[in-house]
Amino acid sequence: MESQKLTFEPDDRYNAFLTICKKAPYSNGKLSGIAVAVKDNISTKGIETTCASKILKGYIPPYDAHAVELLRKAGAAIVGKTNMDEFGMGTTTENSAFGPTLNPCDTGRVPGGSSGGSAAAVASNMVQMALGTDTGGSIRCPAAFCGIVGLKPTYGRVSRYGLIAYANSLEQIGPMGRTVNDVSALMQVIAGKDRHDSTTYDRPYTHTPVADVKELKIGIPEEYFGEGVDPKVAGVVKTAIGRLEELGATTVPCSIPSMKFALAAYYVTCTCEASSNLARFDGVRYGPAADTKKSWHEAYKEVRRAGFGTEVRRRIMLGTFALSSGYYGKYYAKAQVARENVKADFKRLFSEVDLIAGPTMPTIAFRLKEKSDPLSMYLSDILTVPANLAGIPAISVPCGKSDGMPVGLQIMGRPFEDECVIDAAFAYEQAVN
Amino acid sequence: MAEDQVIVGLEVHCQLDTKSKLFCGCSTDYRSDGPNTHVCPVCLGLPGAMPVLNKRSIEYAMKVAKALNCTVLNESEFSRKNYFYPDLDKAYQITQYDKPLAEGGYLEIESDEGGERRIQLTRIHVEEDPGRLVHMGNAERGKYSLVDYNRAGIPLIEIVSEPDMRSPKEARKFLNKLRATLEYLNVFDSDKEGSLRVDANISIKGNERVEVKNITSYKGVEKALTYEVTRQKNQIRRGQRIERETRHFIESTGITQSSRSKEQEHDYRYFPEPDLRPLHVLSWVEGIVLPELPDARRERFVLQYGCSLNHARTLTGELKLANFFEGVVAADPKGLSTLAATWIADTLIGELNFRSMNLDKVDAAGFTGLIGILKMDTITDKMCVEILRDFLDRAKKGLHYETPAEIMDRLKIRKVVLLSGTASSTSSVYANLVVGDPITDVIREQPQAVEDYYKGKKGAFNFLIGQVMKKTRGCADPGELNRLLTEALKKREA
Amino acid sequence: MVTEKDVEHIAELADIGINTDELGTFTNQFNAILDYFDVLDQVKGDTTVTRDLSNIMREDIVEPSLPRDEVLKNAAAQEDGFIKAPRVM
Repeated sequence: MESQKLTFEPDDRYNAFLTICKKAPYSNGKLSGIAVAVKDNISTKGIETTCASKILKGYIPPYDAHAVELLRKAGAAIVGKTNMDEFGMGTTTENSAFGPTLNPCDTGRVPGGSSGGSAAAVASNMVQMALGTDTGGSIRCPAAFCGIVGLKPTYGRVSRYGLIAYANSLEQIGPMGRTVNDVSALMQVIAGKDRHDSTTYDRPYTHTPVADVKELKIGIPEEYFGEGVDPKVAGVVKTAIGRLEELGATTVPCSIPSMKFALAAYYVTCTCEASSNLARFDGVRYGPAADTKKSWHEAYKEVRRAGFGTEVRRRIMLGTFALSSGYYGKYYAKAQVARENVKADFKRLFSEVDLIAGPTMPTIAFRLKEKSDPLSMYLSDILTVPANLAGIPAISVPCGKSDGMPVGLQIMGRPFEDECVIDAAFAYEQAVN
Repeated sequence: MAEDQVIVGLEVHCQLDTKSKLFCGCSTDYRSDGPNTHVCPVCLGLPGAMPVLNKRSIEYAMKVAKALNCTVLNESEFSRKNYFYPDLDKAYQITQYDKPLAEGGYLEIESDEGGERRIQLTRIHVEEDPGRLVHMGNAERGKYSLVDYNRAGIPLIEIVSEPDMRSPKEARKFLNKLRATLEYLNVFDSDKEGSLRVDANISIKGNERVEVKNITSYKGVEKALTYEVTRQKNQIRRGQRIERETRHFIESTGITQSSRSKEQEHDYRYFPEPDLRPLHVLSWVEGIVLPELPDARRERFVLQYGCSLNHARTLTGELKLANFFEGVVAADPKGLSTLAATWIADTLIGELNFRSMNLDKVDAAGFTGLIGILKMDTITDKMCVEILRDFLDRAKKGLHYETPAEIMDRLKIRKVVLLSGTASSTSSVYANLVVGDPITDVIREQPQAVEDYYKGKKGAFNFLIGQVMKKTRGCADPGELNRLLTEALKKREA
Repeated sequence: MVTEKDVEHIAELADIGINTDELGTFTNQFNAILDYFDVLDQVKGDTTVTRDLSNIMREDIVEPSLPRDEVLKNAAAQEDGFIKAPRVM
């Protein structure tokens, strides 16, 4: 298989990329010669991988993430690493140590996060498709904010090997593209069992989108249109759901009572896991040097204070607290019970409906620096985190505009029915285009 | 005595003898290679790498669980133990916490009073070994550490006992019995450096307990605990309170030292490892076929070979020793077993220890030959020891191999056949090697001593024996000499 | 309610390093977030976590390790094949 080079010299005016590979090698295959951008928390052999953090500045992975290996095998040209909220912790891509990414639809606004760089690179046509990662909405939020398509696959359908872990039990690598077809094509390449990831299932994705929602029953949860959701955004999404009905789907109102606990359960779980995952960044094996003349705790503190951004330090400390002696039961253990409740709610709903639909985000893209208070930022994840807690597939597909900014329609499905979610999104996309 | 009652519990960590590491495919055969040559993204803790459990490590641990009569849990899982230390690549150790592989169980040891004592176990679980630190530098130029991650990720089994042992000696016996059991199960190689580490809890009844960490040898356990018993008893005698603390054993000096450095208080923030799935392996237990274990083999040695209980206990206390014994006696179990058991248990082990030598270096066929020669009564016990020592020295030095018969020839070791008047030894195949008649010569040369003997003077007989021995350069069989000299003196008196 | 002292303790546990001028802000933010987390107190029961995959294991087969220069290349300091780290004694 001869290796060819794709020249990639984009005008990155949105700061979508952290690393650009000007001569990107590619080979023959399903994605031969297609420019694919990869989020910077996914390990790429020989290409700097920083998670948009100073603490990984200069880190060159000696191995490829499984998804990247599959991309290369499929012939794709990996043209660069995209900006993100540091370690995936954020909803705006403003938490990057290397400056925010701007929203191509309105450079005064954020692209969403944490896969904001990937979304901006796709939305601005710099690349045809990109890999993102979604821990609590990090693919779907920027897809919605930038007006592109993004899929968070069923948990276990895509290998996480090589994805620099933020919250292992919640996150998935997933495809982002301008069309459902592109997202589906990328999903075909990256899905499947990986012997290096014990949480993957032998469920490859070989599907080609079919624009058909006839006889599908779609649940519309009241919580997705309630308090905190911008009525204008809700209106756009309701119109889109109307289109699905016109195409033959039936809709039924429903409720997810556990939504009440979902966000807290999500933030407790992800901060706990993060506090442990990010403990390894100590300046010994990689990253900026720890002062070896100091005692280890002193040296580590110094490296970690300087290397991590404020939001990362905040989440590490929150997770450390929630796992610490005397608090585990109140926080971590309770969050797991709440998570089971969320799963149970979805299981019950999916015995009655085939899909669940609602807005991806409660609002349109924020203005830069609009979300300065951490809690208010966390609250904006309320509509995306349930899918991560339940491990179910969820897609965001553009469904119109509000105040001139894109709005995303979120469609969630049963576990391992990513195909059904894709088909519904495809049906909608085909109908409106 | 009750107030002086010693209470000991052990946490024993043993490396499981798998080919690859616990969570990755790196080889466990790292000891002869340079630092950081057996590491990969997983065991180096590179960002994004994920653990995948080695099946054999669980199979091995299950064997141990069954052999130690533990109850395997229906569901077990791995957890993260979070703490910072430079040898810990991920800043957490993947171990088992609230759902270990197995609980309960027991191990029987020989009690200090003889007979068996049952030491209850709390649990056993599987975990990964951290890397290895080398401490460098000095106070003036600054200290630092060097890390080798070759050891990181080696599978360990941790066996936790109840505080059931009553003396440092019992602790050593427990450890020896445990080692033997693991070796019989073929899951552990105690010869590998650093393959065993022990933490001990020790208290004097009614007082706080002290944890002693960093014990890395079998002998170290008894040493460390003996030191602690003395220290704690002295402290109590002086009316001081025993503090609940962690102490480190310093192998080189044999003392324990308080871990005074005020490390962060331990709060390990355990939670289930999200990258691994639970284990449901209870159903495996039934299918595990255990080999003959030390207790069964000991009983068999007594029955099959007529070994004394003590010899049988010693010989079966180590797998290699037991195998060696059975190899030596294989050709002629009836004829050789008593002699072989005695010589292996009472002499060979001591000679090997004296030389810090491993049994592996002893050629079993050669040793069998030596026992054969001894059996034919052509050498004395003393000569046998001499040959054995030469035999072992050659093996240790790696010199060209000589059979015991060849060594005998080279050292000119021969049992002297004594001819004294009409009395003669006929048992020797070396009858042609008679060197004169030293007994008759001595009786002639030492009239005074002979007179003293007839007068019943104590010491005269021994003096005469000594004189004969001198003439034969110590090569006479003492029993035979005794008999022949008595006969010769009796004959002369008559 | 967590106090500044609690936050200092957490920072210590996490080896995160915290400046005194950050303590107040972190403490206030933590209290707001932890107040929000209190909704979990209303969660009933202690349902065990369901995970449908179990006994996921690999065979005990040796695979190549990384070349040593790949192991060492990302480390800030090395010596004789070892990775240099802070002192512990």
